Parts: sequence; C-alpha cells; structure tokens
Amino acid sequence: MTEPVLSVRDLRVEFVTRRGVLKAIDGVSFDIAKGEVLGVVGESGAGKSVTGSAIIGLIDPPGRIAGGEIWLSGSRIDNLPPEEMRKVRGKRIGMIFQDPLTSLNPLYRIGEQLVETIQTHTDLSASAARRRAIELLAEVGIPAPERRIDGYPHEFSGGMRQRVVIALALCAEPELIIADEPTTALDVSVQAQIIALLKRLGRERGTAIMLITHDMGVIAETADRVAVMYAGRIAEIGPVRDVVQNPLHPYARGLMGAIPTLAQDADRLVQIPGSMPRLSAIPPGCPFHPRCPHAWERCTVDRPAPLPHGASQVACHLYDRNDPTAEAHQRMTHPPAEEGVAA
Amino acid sequence: MLAYVLRSLAQGAVVLVAVAFIAFSMFRFVGDPIANMVGQEASMADREELARRLGLDQPFPIQFLHFLGNALQGDFGISYRQGRPVSALIAERLPATVELAVLSALFATVLGVALGVYAAIRRRGVLANAVMTLSLVGVSLPTFLIGIGLIYVFAVELRWLPSFGRGETVRIGWWTTGLLTWSGLQSLILPVLTLGFFQLTLIMRLVRSEMLEVMRSDFIRFARARGIPARVIEFRHALRNTMIPVVTIAGLQLGSVIAFAIVTETVFQWPGLGALFVNAVQFADVPVMAAYLVFVAFVFVVVNLLTDLAYLALDPRLRAAAPKGAR
Repeated sequence: MTEPVLSVRDLRVEFVTRRGVLKAIDGVSFDIAKGEVLGVVGESGAGKSVTGSAIIGLIDPPGRIAGGEIWLSGSRIDNLPPEEMRKVRGKRIGMIFQDPLTSLNPLYRIGEQLVETIQTHTDLSASAARRRAIELLAEVGIPAPERRIDGYPHEFSGGMRQRVVIALALCAEPELIIADEPTTALDVSVQAQIIALLKRLGRERGTAIMLITHDMGVIAETADRVAVMYAGRIAEIGPVRDVVQNPLHPYARGLMGAIPTLAQDADRLVQIPGSMPRLSAIPPGCPFHPRCPHAWERCTVDRPAPLPHGASQVACHLYDRNDPTAEAHQRMTHPPAEEGVAA
Repeated sequence: MLAYVLRSLAQGAVVLVAVAFIAFSMFRFVGDPIANMVGQEASMADREELARRLGLDQPFPIQFLHFLGNALQGDFGISYRQGRPVSALIAERLPATVELAVLSALFATVLGVALGVYAAIRRRGVLANAVMTLSLVGVSLPTFLIGIGLIYVFAVELRWLPSFGRGETVRIGWWTTGLLTWSGLQSLILPVLTLGFFQLTLIMRLVRSEMLEVMRSDFIRFARARGIPARVIEFRHALRNTMIPVVTIAGLQLGSVIAFAIVTETVFQWPGLGALFVNAVQFADVPVMAAYLVFVAFVFVVVNLLTDLAYLALDPRLRAAAPKGAR
C-alpha cells in the first residue's frame, strides 16, 4: 500500500478554560489515501470540526494540540512553526467551510480573492493568476467565468458561492481537502450538485478528501470510508458499506437506526436515548456506556481501544475476542438508565 | 447608485429647510425685531413703515420664503449688535474654525484608526492594553477640563505653547490661515489636541471592537485556511470591513467637531464661529444665532452626504442597487 496522504496518530486537542482542561479530541487516529473520501460523522460537539481545524492548524487559543502527530504525505505538520504552517494551508491542504454566504469577503470581487490566493502560493504573474482563476471557476461549474470573475460575492447564489469557495480551496492543487459540512447550508437540490462536484474533483485530481458532515445520505453517496466520532473519539471507522449497512459499534448502530426510511411507517422517529456528554463530564471507561444498551461493568472503567474487525476498526469491548463475556453481552440488551449521562 | 446619491441629497435638503424654519422662528419668538431695531420714541407710523420696508407686514409663510431665498444667496441679514452683515462676520470667523476642526478631525481619525488597529491586533499586548486604559480617560474627561489641563501644563508651567488666540495669521484672498507662520502653528497645537482627543479615543475604541468582531467572522477564518499571510488578512480583509461601521460613527463625530468647537474655542479664546455664537447668545443677536444654526445644519448635511459616498466606495453591495452583473 502506498503512503497515505493524511495520517493522524493519537491526536489530542485540549481547551484550557477556567473550569479546567477540556479534552475535545482524545486519541484519534486515521489515514486518508490518495483520491479517497473519508466521511466523518457524529453528533454536534463530537469533535469532527475540531479534528479538521487541528489538521489545518487553525486551533485558536485557548485550544491547543496536546499530543499526537499529523503527517501529510510523509512530512509531519503538527509541529511546524506558524509561518511554515501558513504555507501549508491553502497550498497543500484546502478547506471548505459550512456557510458559503459568509466564507467570502463581501467587499472584494471573487476574482480578487482567487488571484490573491493563487499568488500567495505560486509565482504566477497577476494576469497568469487571473487566467488560472478563470480556469478554476470553469472547472467548478460556474457559467461564463470570464464575466463572473468580476462579480462580488453577493451577486452569486448560495450554491454558486460554494462553488467559488471550492475553487478557492483548489487554487494551489492541494493534496488534501477538508470539507467541513460543505452542504449543510444549501438547498437539497444544490447539495447533490456540490457533492457530485467534490467527488468528481477528488477523482480527477487524486485529491484526498475529509468530508465532515452529519448527513448520512451524503456520506453513503460520497465517502469511501467512514469514521463515526463520539465524544472526541472514533467509535468506528471502516468502509462505507460496512459501516452504513452493518454497523458494529452500538453508537454507530443507533446512528444508522435513527435514519428514517420510507419503508418504515413510524409515527415516532427513532432516537438514541440520552445525549452526548459535555466535554467537562465525559464518563470514565467507554464514553458511550451510559447510553449503551449492551454496557456492562467493564465498560464503566476500561476505555476500549480500537480493535480490528473485518475491514473496520471498532472501539468497543463487545468485539474483544479475549473477553469471554463479550459475546453474552452482545445478545443481551437492557434499556439504559434515563438519567443517562449525568455525571 | 445615482438614486442612492439623489436620495441622500433630498434628505439633506429637507433637513436644511427644517432647520432654516426653526432658525427663522427665532426671529418671531425671541422678541419683536422691530422693537429691537427702532428706539423707544418711534411712532406707530415709523414702526409700520419699517415693518413694511422689511417685509414684516406680510404673512408668516411669505416671510419664511423670503428668508429662505436670502439664505440661499448667503444673506442672513445684519447683526443687531455689530451692525454688519452676518455673512461677512461668518466669513471672517470661518477660517479659524475650519482650520481647527479639520486638523482635529485628521488628528483624531488617523491616530484613532492606527491605534485602534494596533490595539486589536496586539489584543493581549502590554502597550495595547495601556493605550486602551488611557483611552478611558479621553472618553470620560470633559473637553474643557482637558483644555484647561493642557494649558496649565504646556502654557503655564512649561511655557512651550501659547494658551490663547491664533497667533500670527497670513491672509490669502478672504481666507486667513495660521498654518504658514510658526506662531500660528504653535497656537494650533493645544486647541487641536483638546478638540480631537475625545474623538480620537472614541474612534480608536470603536475601531478596536469592530476589528475584533470582524476578525471572528467566517471569511477571515476562510482567508486563514487559504494560507493568506496574517498582515494581508488584517489590513486588506479585516480593516476594510471594519471601516464600514466606523465611517458612520466617525462621520457624525467629525460633523460635531466642526459644528461644536464652541467649548474649545471658548477655552482657548479662539476667534472662530463658536466664539461668535457664544457672544451672539449673550446679546440675543438673533440673525447671527440663526445663521450659525443653519451653518451647523449645513455642515452635518454635507458630512452625512460624504459618509454616504464613503459607504458607496467601501461596500459593493450598496453599489449593486443597479441591475445585476453591472460593469
């Protein structure tokens, strides 16, 4: 296997607050290969966006990377000096944010913002950068790019603006694109176009894509592999078909089970009982145990490490082959206590 | 865009007419102008004759139109006290006030924006925090106290700078300037500092808080994610967005610097319009008061118009009132 584009090893991110140190990310490891789309899912606050910010080096104080390593195509980037890291941003890692309406500076023409980014990372002259900008706009599907390049952001619709944002992220042909909920703020019909565009660009250029979203539909359609995050850790990571159709981790099962289908005629939507713990009150052992229908004593004290299972990895004691009781608990379900996460 | 400018102009015209009306009303309500002009011994016939000659026998609206027409030609009548045309008095005093106000405004804006940006970028810096603390003094101390304090330190104790007047001035046409002589420049320093200090601190605090706000916005984060250098983000992306709200407040503030230099002019015995107005109030010199009122309104209208134009220059969203995809 060739070297992955992105390799995250045991990443830990902390926020230092008056009430103590909050562990937003605790021991997250994953790889993304060239041309691969890794979907990252989880509830709000699970640490998806913080992981993305950590990789691109945009964790602002009071947050900090407290441990672990981030490797980009074989070079370590988490310990680069700020100025070196700035040169990585935009050049080797592109980022796309959730809201295209606010991602562009309203006071500058989109061409100015594109040329600025291109000239920051390349030696192109102003006119060459402008030609490159027009090419990029054409590539992301903006009609009449020679004319539209002189438009201001407010003259574009939401979907078109997200295309401009993608063009900006692509300026220097990055190896990795981090797309943080790129479609959440868009109409459903436009979402599909943007996803198709991202997928096509990733395939054509061999760009690795980290797609952060809470939309399982988007993941199922786009991603090659999925990481399910919970309370700052990866609960399960594996090929998209396995994780979506046959999830292993009880949390992933709950998440997939909560997707309503047209076939079921349910009056009430399924939900996982309880809610995700606050960062200040993450339970010991497995962070999911207060909400888990299979939890037993071991889960309350012993933090599960990621275990290989088929093509996936799952952080759950149920799949620990060295634990003779695991299989019994697998079959057993009991309703979790209502107070759940109160710690 | 043209509609936008025309609308601003129309608004300005309405404001001016309204203020002119108030100014004109003063003539009626601050005593009887005929009684002010003629002596005790004048007969009824004399009074009626004078009233007819001055048009005061005509109905109120006609008189107002007359006043407006004259005002448009720069004729505000004759000062009761000095017996000279009000327009001449104002023209004589105008240069002193304009030089003082424009220099103060420049001092306040340039230094205010620079310090505000510095305080925002070096948010946790020692010097930035010291400047912020000091600015509280500027915001909370009344102008006259600052003026008296400066006079005490620099004129009385140190004897570096004069404490009153404009010093020597040079006449260029009808304009007199203190900018071309050493004593004129020296005389300007203390009044300019006094008049500009409040605005300076206000603008600085405004720039800082607006800039911090802008630095938190999504497009700044996206610019950082694109690898744009910090200096470019601060001065190209953040500063211009900061200036939009700042221009509004600063514009109004600068209008008030020109219009209400009264306190500073009084403290420094500055021979400007403010001093003229204070004297006029003391002697119920209605034509001067009325003209000053209209002048202040005019300054505000002009400043407002400039503010609106500055918006247009800064914010393309306003320019795009024109059809989509224009230019």
